[in-house]
Formats: sequence, structure tokens, C-alpha cells
Amino acid sequence: MVISTQGLTFTFGHQTVVKSLALQVPEGSIYGFLGPNGAGKTTTIKLLLNLLQTQEGSIHIFDKELKSNRISILSQIGSLIEQPAIYLHLTGRENLLNRALLLEIPATRVDEMLTLVHLTNAAHKKAGQYSLGMKQRLGIALAMLSDPKLLILDEPTNGLDPNGIIEVRELLIKLVKEHNKTVFISSHLLAEVERMATHVGIINNGELLFQGSIDDLAALSQPLVQIETENTVDAANFLTRNNFTVAEINEHHLYVPFTTKQQMGELNTLLNQNGYTIYSINKQQKDLEKLFLDITQNA
Amino acid sequence: MKGFILSFRSEFYKTRKTMGFWSAVLLPLLLCLLLFVGFFSKSDELAKAPGMMLWLQFAGAILAVMGSLLLPMLIVFIAYSVNSIEHKADTWKTLFSLPISKLSVFAAKYFYAFFLVFLCLTLFVLFTVGFGNLLGVLKPALKFSDYNAAGILAQLYFKLFLSSLGILSIQFLMSLLFRDFLKPMGIGFVLTITGVILAGNNWKYAYAFPYSHPMLALQALKQDMHKGDTMPKITVEMLTKDTWISLAIALIVFVGGYLIVLKKSVK
Repeated sequence: MVISTQGLTFTFGHQTVVKSLALQVPEGSIYGFLGPNGAGKTTTIKLLLNLLQTQEGSIHIFDKELKSNRISILSQIGSLIEQPAIYLHLTGRENLLNRALLLEIPATRVDEMLTLVHLTNAAHKKAGQYSLGMKQRLGIALAMLSDPKLLILDEPTNGLDPNGIIEVRELLIKLVKEHNKTVFISSHLLAEVERMATHVGIINNGELLFQGSIDDLAALSQPLVQIETENTVDAANFLTRNNFTVAEINEHHLYVPFTTKQQMGELNTLLNQNGYTIYSINKQQKDLEKLFLDITQNA
Repeated sequence: MKGFILSFRSEFYKTRKTMGFWSAVLLPLLLCLLLFVGFFSKSDELAKAPGMMLWLQFAGAILAVMGSLLLPMLIVFIAYSVNSIEHKADTWKTLFSLPISKLSVFAAKYFYAFFLVFLCLTLFVLFTVGFGNLLGVLKPALKFSDYNAAGILAQLYFKLFLSSLGILSIQFLMSLLFRDFLKPMGIGFVLTITGVILAGNNWKYAYAFPYSHPMLALQALKQDMHKGDTMPKITVEMLTKDTWISLAIALIVFVGGYLIVLKKSVK
């Protein structure tokens, strides 16, 4: 495991922000750390970087205890926390050069990074004049400057346009696949990480509600039979009278939990024979976005 | 040690285009230049004065306000600017997640503030001596060349530097802890005025109050001047009681500040 925490608990005053967290982030994964705003994501990340002192529980990164191996662990982590930390009076390139100076990295690597995040043309512009997306890209370049084994990114696509989001996503996938890096990425939007994450942890009110591979998450979702008919309300009432459970209903569709193909056939026949014209009927997987909402709202 | 040097170099790299850095360079330059112009235009009246008195007037014009106002306010500003650069850019979290010990990061910043004050005071010496000699060359009637003030000025400014470290460390810690300018500035201003009043009234225990130290550093010189008759011999007693207190406070605040940084959560 690249990151492994046990019973990690953190309290601000009387408020417990992180409750007994047990994260397991395997090597070579893109771990999507999901949760609504204020769920405790940033606090967890600050604990992982030793910016907040661990009060209860333990943190191991690269199988080493964090506090007693702080410097050797931090030298292999690149991070971006909340808004990128950028000196606005320096140019983009100077920001990178300053970090390169601190990390003893040659200046050639700075120019590589600028090319990678498409900031070569704006390299000599003051970072204060950058757009939000450019700042975010500079922040990502700063995180990747030392070629770290583990990238910890807190909402890295904040403020990026759709193209930027896709670029970041592809970059991260490439890093993991070709360079065997591990990426720990937080987000409040499942859709954002759904297409790249191999593993997912869902946190709400400081508690880890789900952790596992993205397939495990998909398996949790119960498929539904989606029926399109003219009068959905009447059809739903009719089905309820015939001992079917109706999960959801709207103007155009009604949904019944899927059990077997035979059940789907029965539904079809029953409705047709009783004068309800069916325009379409099909099996549907609940999308992950909805599942995410269910998990975080039911807690 | 490597971490300290890297951090120190980074401090210079970051601040070299900011007002915090340039104020340490421009303040001595502009004040000495102003004085130079003043003396140049009044050269006829000053032509009678002996070389040593000329130097005393020339250097004294700045020194008169240095202890009471200039140095403390410069310190307030430098201590603020070194820390505000991180507050503004929200970069404390980056600094403390670098693979560099927290002690190195903290110490580099702390000593960089010391360095800026040292630089500023060194430039005051250089510009005072430089412009004084330039006046002597341009207006030979002014007998600046009769007396060499460089040694005594260097000693005096070095004593001023030592006596400023107590204030500097306190202001540094306040600027580290408070994000806004008004708190360290306001508190620093009130304490400076208090210090000037205490030192000005020769309060018995003024030596224990760091904000009085720059004034006291200059008073030591004055007393020496009255000893002689027409041509007093000027000496600077480098390590007086107040200077030791200033150094002790700087040390205590450094250790205390580091312990705070160690325990403090980074926003």
C-alpha cells in the first residue's frame, strides 16, 4: 500500500472532522477521494502531508510511519492543496525555478514542465495575471516538478475548462500507466474522477462510507427496469396493486427494481394486456453519480 | 544545513522583486542622497566647520531619527514583508510540505529578516561615508577629508544592528502569526513610542525593554562625546547591558517561535 491509515481521527475544537479513517491506497492506482464540500477531504490530505499533527491513529506512506520519516516521505510526494500556492509577483517560470532551487532540480526540468502544462507562452508573464485555469495548471506543474512517486491532488480540476479537465485526466492516466506513479485525487464530483479512477473512497461527515475498486462501486448499484409509457402514474398504481415495487417515477418513465429477465417479460405482458401501451422497456444500471448521492445522503 | 541554505537562497529569490527587499536598499540611498543635496546647497555656511563636526552633522542628521523612529519602523516593515509574502500567496502549506526540516524553513526566514536589516544598516554606513567623501571632493571647502568617520560609523551601526534584534524577533513572530498588517504594525508602533519615552526619560529599567534598545544604543555614544573638550574622542561600547538583553530576546523568541511552528497547524 502506498498510503495506509488506521483509526485516523482529527478534531478541531469540539468538532470531529475526520473519524477513524482507514484509507488503503494501492500502488499504481488512481484513488478518487470523494465527498461533498466540508466532508473532511482537505483535512485528511493535510494530515497525510503532516501539515496537521496526527492526534489519533496512524499514517503510513510507502510503508513507513509518517512522522518519524517525514522528510524522506515528503521528498517522494508532489502535492496541490486547494488553491494552488503561487507567488503572484513572480512569473510562472520563476515560481517553478524557485521550487526547483529548493528541491535541487535542474532548470531544464522547469521548461519541460511548462511545456507539459502548456504554459510555455505564458512562462514570462506574472502569475498574478494568469487565469484561474492557468494557475491551476501551474499548480499541477509545481506538484509534478520533482517527478514524485505519489501525487496528492486536492480538487485539481477546479476552474479548468472541459478541455483542461480532459488533459489533466489523460496526463494522470499516462503517469500511472507508463511511469507507475500513484495518484490520490480528491473531488466533490464523481463524474470528474469516474473515468480515470481505479479505486474510490467516499467520505462524508468525516467518515469513510465506501472504499474499494471502481468495479466494486458499480456492483453496489442495483439495476432498474426503465419503462416508457403514456400515463406513468396510472401504470405505476396498477403495478403496485399487482405487488410490484415501483422505485421511481417521472413524467416519461417509471422504474422497477430489476430481478430477472423473466420478470421484465412479465411486466411487459401485464401492462400491455391491461391497456397500458409500452413505448420502450429496458434494463438500466444506476449511474455512479446517483449512487454517490445515495451513499452520501443516506449516511 | 543544506536545507537552511536552500531556503535562504529561495527567500532571496522570492523577495528580490518586492518592496520589502528594495526598501532596505532604497531607504539608505534616498536619505543619504537627500542629505547630500542639502549639504551641497548649504556648503557656504558649513565651510567653517572642522572635519569632525561636519561628519557629526552629516551622519547625525540620520542617526537622530534612526533610533527613535526609522529603525523600529523599518524593522516592523521588514518583519512583515518577509512573512506576508507567504500569507498572500497562501504558500505556508507548500513551505512546510517540502522535504526540508521545519527548523531550516523557519530559521532561513528568521535570518533572512536579520539579513535585510543588516544590509540596510550596512548601506547606511556605505552611503554616509560615500556621499560625505563625495561632498569633500565636489566642494573642497568642506573639510570632510580631515577626519575619517568610517570606523566609528561602522561600529555604531553594528551596535544598532545588535540592539535591533530583540524588536526584530518579536515583530517577526507577530507577523508570522497574524495574517494582517495592522496588528503587528499597530502593536509595534505603540511599543516603539513606549520605548522612546522610556529611553528618553532615562528610566532605570529601559535596558530591559527591547523597543528602547536602538535609542539606548545611540545614547551610549552621546555620553562619550561630552567627555572631551573641543575635540571629544568618540568610542562605542559595543556590548552594553541592553545589547545583551536584545540578543537574549532574539534567542528566546527564535526558540519559542520554532516550537510554535512545530505545533501549529498549517492553514
